[in-house]
Amino acid sequence: MLADLLQFEFLRHTFFTGLLVGIIAPLLGAFLVVRRLSLLADALSHVTLAGIAFGLFMEKRFSYPVITPFYSGMLFSVIGALLIEKLRSIYKAYQEIGIPIILSSGVGLSVILISLANGFNTDLFNYLFGSVSAVSRSDFYSIIAITVIVLTLIVLFYKELLTLSFDEEHAIVTGIHAKRIHFIFIFLTALVIAASIRIVGVLLVSALMTLPVASAMRLASSFKQLIAYSVLFAETSVITGLISGYYLDIPPGGTIVMVAVFILLITIGYKRLLARRIKGVEQS
Amino acid sequence: MSKTIIKLENVYYSYEKKLVLENINLTIKEGMFVGLVGPNGGGKTTLIKIILGLLKPQRGNVYLLDKPIDSFKDWNRIGYVSQKANTFNKGFPATVFEVVSMGLTAKVGYFRFFNKRHKERVLEAIRQVDLESYAYENIGNLSGGQQQRVFIARALVSDPQLLILDEPTVGIDYQNVKRFYDLLYKLNKEKNITMLLVTHDTGAVTKYATEIACINQKLHFHGEACVYQSLSQEKLSKIYGHPVQIVVHDHD
Ligand SMILES: Nc1ncnc2c1ncn2[C@@H]1O[C@H](COP(=O)(O)OP(=O)(O)OP(=O)(O)O)[C@@H](O)[C@H]1O
Ligand SMILES: [Mg+2]
Repeated sequence: MLADLLQFEFLRHTFFTGLLVGIIAPLLGAFLVVRRLSLLADALSHVTLAGIAFGLFMEKRFSYPVITPFYSGMLFSVIGALLIEKLRSIYKAYQEIGIPIILSSGVGLSVILISLANGFNTDLFNYLFGSVSAVSRSDFYSIIAITVIVLTLIVLFYKELLTLSFDEEHAIVTGIHAKRIHFIFIFLTALVIAASIRIVGVLLVSALMTLPVASAMRLASSFKQLIAYSVLFAETSVITGLISGYYLDIPPGGTIVMVAVFILLITIGYKRLLARRIKGVEQS
Repeated sequence: MSKTIIKLENVYYSYEKKLVLENINLTIKEGMFVGLVGPNGGGKTTLIKIILGLLKPQRGNVYLLDKPIDSFKDWNRIGYVSQKANTFNKGFPATVFEVVSMGLTAKVGYFRFFNKRHKERVLEAIRQVDLESYAYENIGNLSGGQQQRVFIARALVSDPQLLILDEPTVGIDYQNVKRFYDLLYKLNKEKNITMLLVTHDTGAVTKYATEIACINQKLHFHGEACVYQSLSQEKLSKIYGHPVQIVVHDHD
């Protein structure tokens, strides 16, 4: 792949997009997991699918591109994020109810739009499972912009996000504007999902956000470590997954996620082994 | 004359239709150590949440440091340890240092970063609660009593004038409860931090607190601790709605 990487522009775009996504997806994922909002990523990715289907439909309907599936996906993702927030404030006692509502609406809308856009085709397949050749030059530039926005805002609001994730009530009492910070967070999640879909696909984007974090959780004792390990594991999965996907001619979503699963199994096994060894030492 | 820290005037609160607090008038002055007692469901946590601005009373006025609560901005002058503090997510990957520094987040402010001085302040707060050797441990690995002290440190780190604690000693063994009260007592005496402590441990609180407030929907008693201790059985049972006994711990 490395030789091909230099030769083909589209491979370079895919590869670098993968590297960027490997940073921002687990970064947001770390906050999602500790806030027990992992399913939020699933809900938003299915809304993004509806947006993508909308874009494909528009491409079919009009000969000139009104909005490309990448941008309509991003737009829907952000709208979905806003709706989940709205539902959260309507159902105060059942805050997670917005997630299944948005997820099923996303799937329902996708089904309708996909059949209006003449059903399944390769394009859609790429969006569902990711592709090594799907990242265009303009997509690539947008993903760079998204990465810069995400990293800047996370660095700026890191302490507020962490404080809020650990204990929302305490954060509010000390005067942190929980609503605004949460809004920024969910907006960033929507952007990251839209960006990651080109590589891992709609169905597996939440896996890239949560699996590396689940592995890192086994090893980290501080939140900074959690982020560092998560990014390390995600990058390992993305690089290995992209290269093997390219050579085996398999959509990279599948290979990336299976590498992430493999890493998770290793960390679980490693912790077990460590525990057994400590026990052994204590007994002898 | 010492400053007024908290003042409640004719405060009423109800959840939906259920009246929980009725005509509460309460003034807490600087340097006081107030024990807030009363039966389960008496409205203690509700009252605390009103003082913290988490709930808005339907009637009445709340003043903090002489300011109406709506225009009160100095939230970092108030430290809070909630009743739920010991039910936090034990698997959260954060060190003691990270958790305590969360108490400074709002004080440091938006778009600003922790600097060396802030970090030193965090370590100092950790030292105040005797946890310096655990500063970089994961909070989940600490015992219940140690975790409780982490939350005290998180409340102390912003140099509050008032510390509000809602049943902080639930699930902590006797030895540690005593250490804990000694710490509060010291902070109250040496740093002049005003204390508002919710507890069911009436015996201990009458020993440490200067004043007791007893609520069960209404404020039934507010006055010196020794006076509360000498209230007749009859009177106490009337407030609580069932017979009660103040157990005084003297075995130390
Ligand atoms: N969120 C809520 N919605 C409806 N009713 C509530 C709510 N929170 C508390 N209550 C009711 O208000 C009353 C007072 O509750 P509160 O938690 O203030 O009591 P408390 O004195 O702190 O009790 P405890 O000693 O058990 O902590 C109770 O009868 C409770 O059922
Ligand atoms: Mg309570």
